[in-house]
Amino acid sequence: MWEEFPLIPPQASTFAERVDMLYYFITGVSIFFGALIFLLVIFFAIKYRRRSETEVPKPVHGSLALELTWSIIPFCLAMTMFGWGASIYFDMYHRVPENALEISVIGKQWMWHFQHPTGQREINTLHIPTGRPVRLTMATEDVIHSLYIPAFRVKKDVVPGRYTTLWFEATQPGTYHLFCAEYCGTKHSQMGGSVIAMEPAHYQQWLASVGAQAEAAPTDQIAAASPVEAGQKLFRQLNCHTCHMAGPLGMGPSLIGIFGQRVTLETGETVRVDEAYIRESILAPRAKIVLGYKPAMPTFQGQVTEQQIMQLIAYIKSLK
Amino acid sequence: MSNEHASALAHQFDDLDQQFEASTLGMWVFLVQEILFFGGLFLAYSIYRLQYPQAFEAASRLLDYKLGALNTAVLICSSLTMALAVRSAQLGQRRALVNYLLMTIALGAVFLGVKVVEYGDKFEHHLVPGPHFALSAHEPHLIGINPQHVQLFFSLYFAMTGMHALHMVVGIGILAVLVVMAWRGRFSEEYYTPVDIVGLYWHFVDIVWIFLFPLLYLISRH
Amino acid sequence: METNVVGVDQSSSGEPSAPPRVHYLNAAYGIGSWLLTKDHKRIALLYLLSVTFFFFIGGFFAVLIRLELITPPGDLMQSETYNKMFTMHGVLMIFFFLIPAIPAVLGNFLVPMMIGARDLAFPRINLLSWYIYSIGGLLGMGAVIFGGVDTGWTFYTPYSSTYSNSNVILAALGAFVAGFSSILTGLNFIVTIHKMRAPGLTWSRLPLFIWAHYATSIIQILGTPVVAIAIVLVALERLFHIGIFDPKLGGDPLLFQHLFWFYSHPAVYIMILPAMGVINELITCFSRKRIFGYHFIAGSSIAIAVLGFLVWGHHMFTSGQSIYGGFVFSVLSMLVAIPSAIKVFNWTATFYKGSISYQAPMLYAFGFIGLFTIGGLTGLFLATTAIDVHLHDTYFVVAHFHYIMVGGTIMGYLGGLHYWWPKMTGKIYPEGWARFAALVIFVGFNLTFLPQFILGYLGMPRRYHYYPEEFQVLNVMSSAGASILGVGYLIPMVYFVWSLRYGKASAQNPWGAHGLEWETSSPPPTENFEKQPIVTHEPYDYTPKPEEVAVV
Repeated sequence: MWEEFPLIPPQASTFAERVDMLYYFITGVSIFFGALIFLLVIFFAIKYRRRSETEVPKPVHGSLALELTWSIIPFCLAMTMFGWGASIYFDMYHRVPENALEISVIGKQWMWHFQHPTGQREINTLHIPTGRPVRLTMATEDVIHSLYIPAFRVKKDVVPGRYTTLWFEATQPGTYHLFCAEYCGTKHSQMGGSVIAMEPAHYQQWLASVGAQAEAAPTDQIAAASPVEAGQKLFRQLNCHTCHMAGPLGMGPSLIGIFGQRVTLETGETVRVDEAYIRESILAPRAKIVLGYKPAMPTFQGQVTEQQIMQLIAYIKSLK
Repeated sequence: MSNEHASALAHQFDDLDQQFEASTLGMWVFLVQEILFFGGLFLAYSIYRLQYPQAFEAASRLLDYKLGALNTAVLICSSLTMALAVRSAQLGQRRALVNYLLMTIALGAVFLGVKVVEYGDKFEHHLVPGPHFALSAHEPHLIGINPQHVQLFFSLYFAMTGMHALHMVVGIGILAVLVVMAWRGRFSEEYYTPVDIVGLYWHFVDIVWIFLFPLLYLISRH
Repeated sequence: METNVVGVDQSSSGEPSAPPRVHYLNAAYGIGSWLLTKDHKRIALLYLLSVTFFFFIGGFFAVLIRLELITPPGDLMQSETYNKMFTMHGVLMIFFFLIPAIPAVLGNFLVPMMIGARDLAFPRINLLSWYIYSIGGLLGMGAVIFGGVDTGWTFYTPYSSTYSNSNVILAALGAFVAGFSSILTGLNFIVTIHKMRAPGLTWSRLPLFIWAHYATSIIQILGTPVVAIAIVLVALERLFHIGIFDPKLGGDPLLFQHLFWFYSHPAVYIMILPAMGVINELITCFSRKRIFGYHFIAGSSIAIAVLGFLVWGHHMFTSGQSIYGGFVFSVLSMLVAIPSAIKVFNWTATFYKGSISYQAPMLYAFGFIGLFTIGGLTGLFLATTAIDVHLHDTYFVVAHFHYIMVGGTIMGYLGGLHYWWPKMTGKIYPEGWARFAALVIFVGFNLTFLPQFILGYLGMPRRYHYYPEEFQVLNVMSSAGASILGVGYLIPMVYFVWSLRYGKASAQNPWGAHGLEWETSSPPPTENFEKQPIVTHEPYDYTPKPEEVAVV
């Protein structure tokens, strides 16, 4: 019967079972206390129903012991829920595995745009391998969106002006819902599609077939160029190379091998060169200036799209 | 309770003391509400200043701190005259009360006049946020600064000082009503509640400016 | 001064008051005597009419939403229209019904009466607050009439400030203006409760209804101005493109969410605390029992009001805020469960060895306890970070807050309206119909919103016009329940109006209740009391010790 009338969505990621266990725990606690209150109220209401109009019940005073009992027990239960939830939340949003497959995501009214590290692009459908962590780096071209995959029990808002990330590891091959959970305008409810989890070998086949298609007939949607190639082209077009590729005498710091390193700033602080820092440096160059350089770079705010910034980052990452 | 002031006692109160206490408490509660109202703006200011410290420092230099300092002095004087007005009311000195109230209004008007000059200057230099916002290319300290962050500073500048100026305008209006009431001899040693609570309001508006002045004008002057 | 000692005046409760008597309803006639009144009781009735109007308009939008959701594709209306429906449903219900309902109607009527005062401290400000509310309401209705708003009641930027093509400014202004009416009401209550209590009415003798309204007023004073300024900034941003929240201009869209929820989470407590206050009065009266743990219930109201200001970040667990911030907000949100649990357990304990009668107001109180318990417990799921990641912005959240706001607040409001109806109008409503309506509402409510918990865990996002087919069964159940619920709300509307004309005249104290409001005639005179009441007893003293019974 539960096949036809399920109470939980499919469990298809490493998080799903952990989240569901906690869900059952809180449901159990809730049903216990809910039933306790309901039964007590019904029992008292019947047992102590008014039997005559002049009846005056004996007074019952409060009880400190009882008050403490029903404060401390809920407190302990609530803290258990907090701690249990926090440990999953920490893994979900903070502890990203090293070897994750990096996919970039751009939300746009009203579609999801995905790009795989080898260049394959897709819209509203995301193919991923099972058994391997996948990390999404997400940006939006317009309003706030939220990427939600119920079967994986994961969700993360995509906020304009910054990158957010999300990771998961699919366990079961299958096709699952992909939703936008944050209201984003007229066709909000149609912004979504499916996540297709495949055995790693099938995923490789799929990558190859899409790649071949793209080479045969390159279009805007399925471009042959990988993000690195596109980023390289853009790097030239925007004349980034005049300052950043001129060796030690350049106006700006050299970018070769810089990704993932720590650099010292004018202010003496150090900062790790990651996606967010490169993005900030393109859009607000004066915010964090590397020690020994002049604040000479113009802002590129309004001149590059989120997708182009992601391509530039992919290119800078590839500079070894 | 003297008979001639029985008319000042509203029917829901037992005596003038209760009425005075209730009105004063009411004004304090209202001021708490005002603090949170401005608090939202101060929060926005703090967050953006932390986010774009260079842009805020550069933008602050575009304000005329001399005019700001002048206005600070004007407002402090107006707080003094307001306090003297309350004292005159408590002592039942009708003529002094009217004079001090008028002086407070005059100082408030000077403040607003200076504000108009400042706003006009910003308008001329295209520093009013919106489609006509533009930064002059000749300012050396603006190189590499994202003009949009400067615009953000000016958005907050206009929102905060504008909201403050609105409170000044309302305050002047209420003071004008008080002048008429005082002229007609509505206040006395026993009954001066309105003067007292308007005084609280006026001091509050001054204090807001005491915070606005350094936060907006003096960022880069140290 | 003549005095009248509380707790002894049982003699007159049996007989109806003599008909040709001057009371606040017949003290003056004509539309002007209502529109210019400074009598808190008349202003309460003005509010009653206004909030009822907005309740049925908001309810009408809910009907259209549930009709549309019977089938998975959007076939009844365009997506744009659907989005406007849920936005207007939320805006009208929250800003123009739920927030003012209990404080401005029941609170306005009862706060002065319960503390033995002739009126609120500032009657003119009280009238002003109704006018401000009405102007806000006109702006809100203006937004509906001139094409609607489609941002959701949360007005999230940058959608509201830059992308939406609807009447955001009008609707935002409506909410902004209505906010000031709420602030003024709160201010009036705080001053009144501090300064105008009858002789002998110490803080620990205050009815819990008053404590609840005091806590509510604190939230109104501290929270509302913050959302007001946030809304002003959205409107300025829309008008002038100044970039306070627009990331393209350097702004931060999350700042709006922080400012918004700093008010709008406590706003939930503005809605539920007064309802809890009503429930205290109902269950003591119909159990003829002193409340169990008076100080704990009073303290828990204040605790909820204070904690309510520290939990707003739990609306943002998935927004990309720092995970450590998430932990802090999660712990603090969990803490709100404690005072809520204290209240529910104390109410339950009050029934123990009581003398319980099943009058209609008591049935609403039973309903409230059940539904609020479910609403509160499901809040634990959402306060737990990892579960909230899955449930955030799904129907689980929708179900949860409807259990609190509809199951809690509206149940409390209706219960209170039945209980004090004889006092307000001097008429008795038809008891049988009232019990029937309570039952219909309870059943309809659960049928509407229980399925939505399951829908939410299955992953159906909220604000969805089209939805996958597998969610249809539960949606149909929910819509069926909504039709029952809708009928349930119409029944009291009909018999209340009916009772105004055909209802039996009420006695001064038809329930044999305790409390100063029952120490005066029904309906009360304009000055509330013939004689200044003096309080010598604890509240809810249904079993007075013999020596305390004394007539002066």
